[in-house]
Amino acid sequence: MSRKVRLLSGNEVVAEAAIAAGCRFYAGYPITPSSEVAAVMAKELPGVGGRFIQMEDEIASMGAIIGASLAGVKSITATSGPGFSLKQEHIGFACITEIPCVIVNVMRGGPSTGLPTAPSQSDVMQAMWGTHGDHPVIALCPSYLREIFTETVRSFNLSEKYRTPVILLLDEITGHMNGRVEFPDIEELEIIDRKKPTVPPDQYYPYDTSFGDVPPLANFFDEGYRYHVTGLNHDKTGFPTINPELIQADEERMLRKISDNLDDIIKYEEMNLDDADIALVAYGSTARSARAAMDEARAKGIKVGLFRPITLWPFPEKGLLKVAEKVHTIIVPEMNLGQMILEVERIVKERAILKGIHQVDSRPISPERILKKIEEVTK
Amino acid sequence: MTFPYEDYLRNEKLPLLWCPGCGDGIVLKAIIRAIHKLGWKKDDIAMVSGIGCSGRTPGYVDFNTLHTTHGRPVSFATGIKMVRPDKHVIVVSGDGDATAIGGNHFIHACRRNIDINLIVINNSIYGMTGGQFSPTTPIGINTSTTPMGNIDPAFDIGQLAIAAGATFVGRQTVAKGLMLSKMMEEGFAHNGMTVIDVIANCHTQYGRRNKLGDPIKLIKFLQDKAVPLRKAEKMKPGELEGKFVTGVLHKVEREEYTDAYERLIKEAKGQGGK
Repeated sequence: MSRKVRLLSGNEVVAEAAIAAGCRFYAGYPITPSSEVAAVMAKELPGVGGRFIQMEDEIASMGAIIGASLAGVKSITATSGPGFSLKQEHIGFACITEIPCVIVNVMRGGPSTGLPTAPSQSDVMQAMWGTHGDHPVIALCPSYLREIFTETVRSFNLSEKYRTPVILLLDEITGHMNGRVEFPDIEELEIIDRKKPTVPPDQYYPYDTSFGDVPPLANFFDEGYRYHVTGLNHDKTGFPTINPELIQADEERMLRKISDNLDDIIKYEEMNLDDADIALVAYGSTARSARAAMDEARAKGIKVGLFRPITLWPFPEKGLLKVAEKVHTIIVPEMNLGQMILEVERIVKERAILKGIHQVDSRPISPERILKKIEEVTK
Repeated sequence: MTFPYEDYLRNEKLPLLWCPGCGDGIVLKAIIRAIHKLGWKKDDIAMVSGIGCSGRTPGYVDFNTLHTTHGRPVSFATGIKMVRPDKHVIVVSGDGDATAIGGNHFIHACRRNIDINLIVINNSIYGMTGGQFSPTTPIGINTSTTPMGNIDPAFDIGQLAIAAGATFVGRQTVAKGLMLSKMMEEGFAHNGMTVIDVIANCHTQYGRRNKLGDPIKLIKFLQDKAVPLRKAEKMKPGELEGKFVTGVLHKVEREEYTDAYERLIKEAKGQGGK
């Protein structure tokens, strides 16, 4: 493959990275601004022996990728705003049945049809709490093209490793920004596949926790390993149970498989925080503006640093706590009316003064606006 | 000779949770007989279902089984079939599951002509949730949400499947278990979307609310409305009022969806890749 360096948009990078991660099935429904992911997958998958299908709706796309994953093929879907809302039912199904899959949500303005061609970050809480019931979730939110590649690969790896859906959050800016992308060496990529059973079929159970909190997963049609999967609460055999102890234990295990592995799942970037008086907490495309604002503030002699969560859920609590101990003010710019700032507030409490910049007017948050806020809190 | 049903059942899961006299058990037997006749290996079969009484069918069979969300089993089945076109996929659904909440998935799977075998256990009511009317409940019928009689016109699932593009469409009642099984055998062997509309009894909800008696009486009531295709062809449209036609209603050959996709893969690889 002679394509180590290419000019691509963020959405296109997602598709290329998914194929590099071993994804061989895409099901989706047309929606702006995520369309390029589908277009690239439709073009590229047949050539690598993969399969693409445009389904009749968002819910069906989500059902199809779960089915395909259960049959042993790494699968992905991509959507935006309204489509992400529609997918929630089946995201919950993937959570409780613990079937790996990756859902890309290229965030746009909302609620409802909202602003199809404008950026937003107003789905960050929905990514965590969108589907009903208690459930673990992993949500990643890259800011740069190269990082979109690595985080897409990581989405598949975490999904396979922890038997859970992983949500990859882009927004209209990160999805549509074009740039030079240097591809990592495909051969050197770390690719994780789901843990397969090591026991013979007659001893296999799809939710057998004697192998740890993430039970091995046989694929449908693996010789002899016939088992049952249901969206009902189930016991280790996969069959429905109404036993209160088993239900409680299983729901707690599903949360624990994430909460016991935070160091493996959580990723964030820190810049200029060692001597900082003010910290910016920003993610996705807004982190790019925050970085520019930080540089300008530094040039003016204001000690500003940047804390950039790449894993949004579970939120990098430990890392942020250390920052909160050091700075006097934390500024959270985000393209919503105050979502992730609630999580920041929960963690930071009284340790620092908290200021938000919440813009939902269809335009990205400019470095100037963030700089203005920095100067305000410096006075 | 007794038929070896136990070879295909998860016998430890018996007895069935369905009400005594329920048609779902007849459908289960018919499916197993058809599979046995076809000689399909258990490892090679995925059975997928949605929500409702019909949704519990896969739990009893020793295949790869998937009990999904309400109305959406066909979407999961589509994903399975797409990546494993060499395997057999059966969906067991109900009238509400397949043609109300799952109506969109139903028509589009038919349109694609993907090789999924969809059995719709059509008892014209939501049994599990307390007897609400469904898209196939006849006019005038009492249900828990039509206390003054149903005013919603009903779907004809067979015609819907044909119009949407399914290439094998059949209908049979649970009174004719062996004929149903033979139809399934033919439909399962057919390469393309198969829809079998199984007219079934729900005496617990439908029968009770409409004074149609016990299961045997209700099944007889339904069977009396059934007109075999050959007989129906000689009847005037007016004479079929209030009745339904049984038999293989539609069987045509058209390229199956995963076969078509296989062509794309060959073409893409033939171009030498990128």
